[in-house]
Amino acid sequence: MSHKIIVPIGPYHPLQEEPEFFQLYVEGEKVVDIDIIIGYNHRGIEKISESKHFDQVAFAVERICGICSSSHPYAYVLAVEDILGGEAAVVPRRAVYIRTIVDELQRIHSHLLWLGLAGHFIGYNTVWMWAWKYREPVLDLFEMVTGNRNNYAMMKIGGVRRDIKDEDIPVIQKSLDELVPALKMFKGAVMDDPVIRCRLEGVGVLTREQAIDYSVVGPTARASGLDMDVRRDDPYGAYADLDWNIFIEKTGDIFAKTKIRILEMEESIRIIRQCLTKLPEGPIDADIKDIPPGEGIGRVEAPRGECFHYIKSDGTNRPVRHKIRAPSFMNVASNKVAVVGGTISDATITLAAVDPCYCCTERVAVVRKDDNSKIMNGWDLIKLSQEKTARLRERRA
Amino acid sequence: MDIKEKIKEKFGNAITDWRQPSSRRVYLGVSRDDIFRVSEFLFKTIGLRLATVSACQVSSGFEILYHFSDDKSGTVYSLRVELRDRDRPCVDSITPICSAAEWVEREIWEMLGITFKNHPNLKRLLLAEDWPDGKYPLRKQES
Amino acid sequence: MDFRLKALTKSIWVFHVSAGSCNNCDIEILDCLTPRFDVERFGIQLVGSVRHADALLVTGAMNRKSIPRLKQIYEQAPKPCVVVACGICAISQNMFRGSYSMGDPLDKIIPVDVYIPGCPPKPEAIISGIVKLVAKIRGK
Repeated sequence: MSHKIIVPIGPYHPLQEEPEFFQLYVEGEKVVDIDIIIGYNHRGIEKISESKHFDQVAFAVERICGICSSSHPYAYVLAVEDILGGEAAVVPRRAVYIRTIVDELQRIHSHLLWLGLAGHFIGYNTVWMWAWKYREPVLDLFEMVTGNRNNYAMMKIGGVRRDIKDEDIPVIQKSLDELVPALKMFKGAVMDDPVIRCRLEGVGVLTREQAIDYSVVGPTARASGLDMDVRRDDPYGAYADLDWNIFIEKTGDIFAKTKIRILEMEESIRIIRQCLTKLPEGPIDADIKDIPPGEGIGRVEAPRGECFHYIKSDGTNRPVRHKIRAPSFMNVASNKVAVVGGTISDATITLAAVDPCYCCTERVAVVRKDDNSKIMNGWDLIKLSQEKTARLRERRA
Repeated sequence: MDIKEKIKEKFGNAITDWRQPSSRRVYLGVSRDDIFRVSEFLFKTIGLRLATVSACQVSSGFEILYHFSDDKSGTVYSLRVELRDRDRPCVDSITPICSAAEWVEREIWEMLGITFKNHPNLKRLLLAEDWPDGKYPLRKQES
Repeated sequence: MDFRLKALTKSIWVFHVSAGSCNNCDIEILDCLTPRFDVERFGIQLVGSVRHADALLVTGAMNRKSIPRLKQIYEQAPKPCVVVACGICAISQNMFRGSYSMGDPLDKIIPVDVYIPGCPPKPEAIISGIVKLVAKIRGK
């Protein structure tokens, strides 16, 4: 199969030939097939786990994905605590609430990150700058509570590593107060903008049947009408004690996914506020020393969906087997059906709609189906997507 | 009839070794010959979601766990298949039932060397192209 | 144009490449563009093509599959090209050193001029590293 670069489109020069993440095969404007090639971020963490102590594994899994930095360690410690009898039986209540607060703060920062990137892909760079501007105070809160903007090192088997100090609570509340009007603004700006609606409605549709067949999770699944959320279905954290909502849409398009993420951020603020009000007194660590033989499953609702960890222990201080399944592993595969049938200019935003790791979406190539010649790269596709939005805006003006 | 009863009624003695260590974790033993039809029943008839498939090497060979999630009750039903062949372990692919299994099985194949019969696209997923054939990173003797 | 002259007369154009990272460093790099940090006021610009790059900003622990691409990108960059290792993975592969899916550390693959430690380095650290680099090139 030969790859020839024919016509560079856009002001950027095409990247040289190389294995791509997403190779789109096109006939004219339409995407007729897609190859998805992954493995560029594979670091062998499951194998590394087998040579580390249970305590050390939490630090390793934090670095699976920088954006979901608390979901993976949380799912991991839940898997180990499953062997010990479950989080509710083993972990002090105060630690459970702190875990919930950290995880919900993560949901806000992750969805804001996504909103910014999605805005950039469709040509709303102001949305990008504003979304990431409002993300900064959330990262400041992480730094105050955990010591780092990213990679929090909070989750520990049997509890959390750091407490939330009393004087931190009003600071968190104030930050959330400032975030509420910003989220209202995003909600209005995105959901009421006729150009954005036109750009995203009916685009990149994943039907309910396809969503079931690909076992997708998270907002990707809920946008296609699947009523699932690990926080409610397989309760962990403080969620069973709190009042909160799940958002389901039926259209399966990108607008639905966007709407769900914005609403989830507002809901996260409500959840955090309840946790701060109800934060129990007491210890934050059960001081677990030994892990008995057994097997356990831990799962959390990461911003992208269900994060699934399985641990097998033989009673020594290292896991025998650690299986990690990130939510994007299921969701990215569904692009096989969501992108095919759409146009090239919708490809970038459709690929981005499942909220994969940022690195994945920058490595895309478009190939002409009849002769396998490469005609565009990721930067060209982003430009095409932005141009489509500009055309829609002109038509409505 | 709840899900456990439906499974018992349909498959009877084909399910060995029922274990329920906690309220939302069920582990069922299934033979290699039955895994396709039990998976099909859970996915298509009962409507459970395939969360993932995990596998590991054990002293007698290999063990594969098919994790199906009942999102209504939050229960994970994990089907355990034991493969006693250390040299050429293989089992039927469930990708024809559920497209989500395609990537999951490819990863197990390249990491542990378990072949999935009738898999539509059994090729490398995560490992580099120049990774040597026959070397499986998650097997215990590999370093 | 001579590199030093370029550094005196226009922005430093930086091309970012990731070779097996968890994305934390990559997101913090993008964060440098946002209003709070606004890296462009220091004369630093992220560009979309390596053919325009004065500096390569590399993240990641050197996953085997990514290394050929990294090498190709380095070859395509016009010389002289300064290489900045951003994050502890790019410096010493962090806890992934020795993993079956990792290759050599970055500075055994291409020459590295600047090391910015952190996991991930804060945007302030990234900007500080690049500013020091620019000052060095300008001979201050």
